[in-house]
Amino acid sequence: MEWVLFLIFALVAAGAGVGMVLQRSPIYSALCLILALFAQAGLYVLLGAELIAFVHIFVYAGAIMVLFLFVIMLLDLRPEDRSPVRSNPVGVSVGLILAGLLLAELALGVGPHIALGPRGAYDFETVRAVGNTQAVGRILFREYLIPFELTSVILLAAMVGAMVLAKRKLE
Amino acid sequence: MVPLWAYLFLSAFLFAVGVVGVATRRNALVIFMSIELMLNAVNLSFVAFARFLHSLDGQVFVFFVMTVAAAEVAVGLAIIIAIFRNAETVNVDEVHLLKG
Repeated sequence: MEWVLFLIFALVAAGAGVGMVLQRSPIYSALCLILALFAQAGLYVLLGAELIAFVHIFVYAGAIMVLFLFVIMLLDLRPEDRSPVRSNPVGVSVGLILAGLLLAELALGVGPHIALGPRGAYDFETVRAVGNTQAVGRILFREYLIPFELTSVILLAAMVGAMVLAKRKLE
Repeated sequence: MVPLWAYLFLSAFLFAVGVVGVATRRNALVIFMSIELMLNAVNLSFVAFARFLHSLDGQVFVFFVMTVAAAEVAVGLAIIIAIFRNAETVNVDEVHLLKG
């Protein structure tokens, strides 16, 4: 059952990812990416990371992709007149070589006989007993409190930067 | 249950697709989307390793990656809008102001 769900989500994610690169119209690319992101949220649920899955949908499908679609419609873009992949053989070969290298490294290095390091304290049953959200929240607000607070500085800087950059004229 | 390598192979595949997108596409917005796809591929590895190493640190890291990705998208789209206002295009081949 888990394999069936994994294969469904993985095939949808991979297919939508490839579709995003192949589509000539940026709107269709964005819609393909949204599909890939939803499939990925399904994989997160399969991995027992429910909180991440829902934050992923909220942040990516809810905020980032809406921003993308908004900008695409604001700029009124035309589809590229040539097929993006056929017109650029160098980029395709670079990507394919990288893909081959990554997959070869995985097959040689981790493969099915992967030797994992020491396990942590949060195995699947422990996390399930506490609840995924509570367990992640406890770590986030204890061990990672300072990095977590620092992300607010990043968000503030991004907010100010986006407004300044997108403004027509600075007084 | 589904083994770790299956997730890692999917993650590597998605990352490679993102690289192909960045290398082949000419539209700055689609290049940006490909970068998002690469970030998500790495997130998938993080969550998979967190699950199989019995640790939640990977999931916390995914939060930070998402925060940085959101900030990056906000600033990047603002830059693309500014470029479009000046150059009337988002085709990266036609934007070469720094070439001299």
